[in-house]
Parts: sequence; C-alpha cells; structure tokens
Amino acid sequence: MSRAEFWQGNKAIAMGGIDAGCRFFGGYPITPSTEIAEVMAEELPRLGGKFIQMEDEIGGIAATIGASIAGSKAMTGTSGPGFSLKQELLGYGYIAEIPFICVDVQRGGPSTGLPTKVSQGDVMQARWGTHGDHATIAYAPSSVQECYDLTVKAFNMSERFRQPVLIMTDEVVGHMRERIVIPDPSTLELIDRKKPSCAPDRFIPYLADESDDIPPMAAFGDGYHWHVTGLTANDWGFPTNNAQDIDKKISRILRKVEGKRSEVVEYTAESFGDADILVVSYGCVARSALRAVRELRSQGIKVGHFRPITIWPFADAELKKLVVDSDIKHVIVPELNMGQMSLEIERAVGGKAETHSKTLLNGELFKPSQIMAFIKEVA
Amino acid sequence: MPRENVMKWLRSQFMPHIWCPGCGHGIIMHAMLRALTSLGRDPDKTVISSGIGCSSRLPGYIDTCTLHTAHGRSLAFATGVKMVNPELTVIDVMGDGDCSAIGGNHFIHACRRNIGICAIVMNNSIYGMTGGQASPTTPVGAIASTAPYGAVDPPFDICRLATGAGATLVARATIAQPQLCESLIKKGIQHDGFSVIEIMTHCHTQYGRKNKLGRPLDNFNYFKERSVMKAKADSMPPEELEGKYVIGELFHKADGEEYTKKYARVIEKAGR
Repeated sequence: MSRAEFWQGNKAIAMGGIDAGCRFFGGYPITPSTEIAEVMAEELPRLGGKFIQMEDEIGGIAATIGASIAGSKAMTGTSGPGFSLKQELLGYGYIAEIPFICVDVQRGGPSTGLPTKVSQGDVMQARWGTHGDHATIAYAPSSVQECYDLTVKAFNMSERFRQPVLIMTDEVVGHMRERIVIPDPSTLELIDRKKPSCAPDRFIPYLADESDDIPPMAAFGDGYHWHVTGLTANDWGFPTNNAQDIDKKISRILRKVEGKRSEVVEYTAESFGDADILVVSYGCVARSALRAVRELRSQGIKVGHFRPITIWPFADAELKKLVVDSDIKHVIVPELNMGQMSLEIERAVGGKAETHSKTLLNGELFKPSQIMAFIKEVA
Repeated sequence: MPRENVMKWLRSQFMPHIWCPGCGHGIIMHAMLRALTSLGRDPDKTVISSGIGCSSRLPGYIDTCTLHTAHGRSLAFATGVKMVNPELTVIDVMGDGDCSAIGGNHFIHACRRNIGICAIVMNNSIYGMTGGQASPTTPVGAIASTAPYGAVDPPFDICRLATGAGATLVARATIAQPQLCESLIKKGIQHDGFSVIEIMTHCHTQYGRKNKLGRPLDNFNYFKERSVMKAKADSMPPEELEGKYVIGELFHKADGEEYTKKYARVIEKAGR
C-alpha cells in the first residue's frame, strides 16, 4: 500500500534508493548531504545491506564502485567539494561501465564556499567534471516527491545503461520537508543490470549486445572471470592502444546513451500555446519560477515555464520545438550560478528567441517576486 | 609444485607482460600464484585488486576476477567488494607509491578496520612506470628523476606504518627469498583480518641504473646481503640493523575481529 510521509529531500533520496534495491552506500560526511548517509547507516543493515563510512570522499565512491562490481546496487552521496573529489572515479565508472548512483546536494562554491547555503554551481561539473568524453545522465529534482521518484528512476537508468547516474539536487530541496507519497515498493518497476547467459568460458566481458550497445555484466563471485580497468580496453577488458579498439570502445559508451536519448530526456512544460515569454528553470529555482509564472498568468501575462528534469542529457531539441511552435520571444533563465545552463539554453534556442540569463550567487533562493520582476521587464 | 597448476591461473593470451626483463615483479606474481594454488583457492571466488603502476598490471595476467582500479584507490574498491561478498578471497597488490603516497589514507584505514584483505605491497622504492621519480620509500640520498641531487624526504617503513595503524598480520620478504614470499603470502591469504605483506623488489631500469644497481642480479644480491630474519634481528642492536631488511612475520595479532564479521553483528543489531 502507498503511504504519505512528511520527509526531507535527503531522506527521500535515501529511501528511494533503498526501494530501488540499493544495498550498499559508501559515505563520507559533508554538509548539506550528510542526512543521506545517516539514513542509509540506519536503514541498510535492517535489510541486510551494507553501509560504510569511508576515510574520504574518494574512498566513498571507490567502495561504491567495488560494491557494484560485486553485484550490489550501490550509491554514494556528497556535496560541492566532495563532488569535485569524486570526479576521477566517476570517469572510472563511465569507462569501466559500472552502474551506481552519485548524489550531489549542491552548495555554494568554489571550494569550501557556503556549506549551508544553496547553489546550482555544479551543473556544468556534472557534465564535464571528469576528464575525457562520456555520456552524462543527471536528474535535478525540485520537490521531495521527485527526490524519491527520480532516485528510483536513476537506479533504473544506471542499471539499464551500465554507467553512473547523477542526482543533482541542492541544499533547498535536500533540506526541505514536505508531503510525499511513497508507493507500495512492490508496485515499482525496477530494472536490474543484464547478466551474461553464456558459459563462463565463452564470456567476453565487454562484448556489447548489438541491440543496445550494452555488454551484460557479471558480478565478481558469479563464476565469470573478467578484468575491470580504467584504462581504455578492448572487448576482452584488456588495455589497448589499438586505434580501432579505442574508437570502438569510446564511441559505444557515448552511443549507448545518446542513441536512446529520447528515452532518457525528461522535462515539464506549462502554459505554452499562446505564451511569448518563457521561464526555464530547474531544481529549487523551478519552485519559485512556477509560482511567479502562475501568478502572472492570472494577471494576463502570456508566460510559460519549461523545467528540465534531466539536466543531462539536456532537452535541447524539445525546448527548441516548443519555442518555435509557440513563437516565444523571450527566454528567461534564472539560476543560482553565473548562468551555467543559460548558455546551453541559448544554444538550444538557436536565435529563435532572446535569452536572458538571471543569476543569484548570494546563497539564497530566488523569491517568486524577483522572477516576476524579470518577466515584467520583457513583458 | 607442478607447473601446470600455476599456469592454470594465467591469462597467457595477454602475455608478453609489460615488465622489463629481469624485473622482480614476476617473482612476486609467481609466489602469489603458488600460494593460491597450494591453498586450493577457487579462481571463481578470488578477487585480485590493484592500483596504478607497474605492480598494478599484475592482476590483468591472472585468470580470476581482477580489478585494476585508479592510482592509490585499490584498497577502497576492494573494501566495497569484500563488504558485499565476504566469501571472496580478496588480494590487493600495490606499489609503494600506491600504498604509501596517493593511497596512504586508504591504506591506514584498511589497517584500522582489519578488513579481510591480503595487501601485497610490491616496494621497489621508485615510481617505475612514469620514469623513475622518488617515492615515499626512496632511501635518503638515492638518485631519482625528481631527486637529481639525492632524495631528501625520509622514507616510510611500510610494515611499521601498517602495524601502527592496526593491521593484524604484517610481514616482509624480498625477492631474494621467493619461498619466504610464498609462505608469507599464504599466511596473509589465510589470515582472518587485514594482512600486509611487503615484498622488497627492484626496478633496475629506473632506480638501479641511477644507483649502481643497473643489473637485475645486482639487486638480487643487494637484497640477499641486507636481509635479516626477524628472530635474528630481535637480538641485534639497532645500529647494526641500519640499512637492513628485517624479514619474516613481523607482527601477528590473532584475536582481532575481522571487519565484515563485525558488520554482520551490526546487521543483527539493526534487527534483520
């Protein structure tokens, strides 16, 4: 049976993970994400799962990857400085194709910055933080309900595509408490990684199925011997310097997600049709923005709202179509950073409307009145 | 030991290996495979993890579950593996840079937890793969590409570090004692807790050429002449042990509870 709770976003992420089948968490304390680790430390052993507080942020993600290789759905969580520290091993997850979840509860930066204050300053780091090319899947929840729902979804995507998936939440959503409806866990549709069905002596660990570009993954201890490495490797998982093998590997790990882009990309769109002004916002800012848009709609201003749920892959084609179809003139992008996504949005809109980047970097969230003022400037 | 039993553990399709002719690492790999064979370990249930560097290419040549991680991080990866499946035999091979520089934090905390992993530290006192830079175990005064006037920093004693941090079995051998290597690795694998087996090896290519140890045999003799068994060392004055390698089992605490067993009690307490 479903049930209603009054939870904090961070707790909803932890519980969503558990209901998605997460049985390992590699943690390290950092504000404002620590509650995720605390909930996991309490809940996981009740289910026979494992929680470990590692010696540092890198240890937290490393143990998480190890746990996934041993066959567990696994998760780690952090905030700004910790997210920077985890970048190298996120790259390991992409190249070695290891499914796991990394949560970043964003706070002000750079460096130690504002541990208890909100920002959206890590959205480009989520896309480009680790060196080398890879496909990124990153969710930006804007409510406690979404913290739960998108964590379940993130695990499914991670298991399906066999790569790390990011939850890019923020201090406001992570610490906010609101009503949430938890579905009966038995009704959740869960995806588990593909396992090999061949005999162990025929197993070629990185030979992908042609249908989806994803190789089945054995767990250590299952009877399949395989080599996992962060080096660029051939189908046998063995390091290679062969140009053809390198090209094959890298193009496949990009294609496996980008080829299914439309099945990953998610957004909400509200009040299009007759709109000529559009507000694009995500995460906690979308809460203020939606309030502003609805308020001004009731006053007769033709304004709509677009909210990327997956910030990566970004819904560029979808946004452009809506802008063109509705003949939008102005796109307003309020963000708690110096306009990191606004450039991506400007690129997506492709000159079909004027983009206005609105930034706030003082550790606070935009008030609806501030966003209403931005809209009125161009209305 | 029949040769075929050891050969069975090799991925010979990935040979030739990357190590220079005369490298000490092969002696360690062979000792490890003899230990696994004579213990009758199942390759299906064995994990060999490693970091980055020459030493860390070792798992790739072994036909089991092998995990070549990132520089310094192998023990943290291996901790996740062991936590999820405590039934697995987990061996972690590291170089001196992996273990005592970039991975020093993971190393001391793995010792502290007493998790059931056998850590084999292949200590050649240099960063070999990157071209011979000084490591935390390079002797003071030794020449390295980043210490052209001689190494300044005092070196770590990895075994003392491990003992101080809480490892419950600590031992050392050099590649001049292949049978001791085998018996200590065997003990390390059988040990129910965190074991550290430091094996002094050489890099004649990157270290030896700059330090009058350019031929593999020079290094072998160097270790042979400077090795002192623990029992003998115990009765020697410290000044006589200067520049010597005390070998054998250096520390053993039999009653330390292994980490995954401790965590099993957490699960019990949580009301599973």
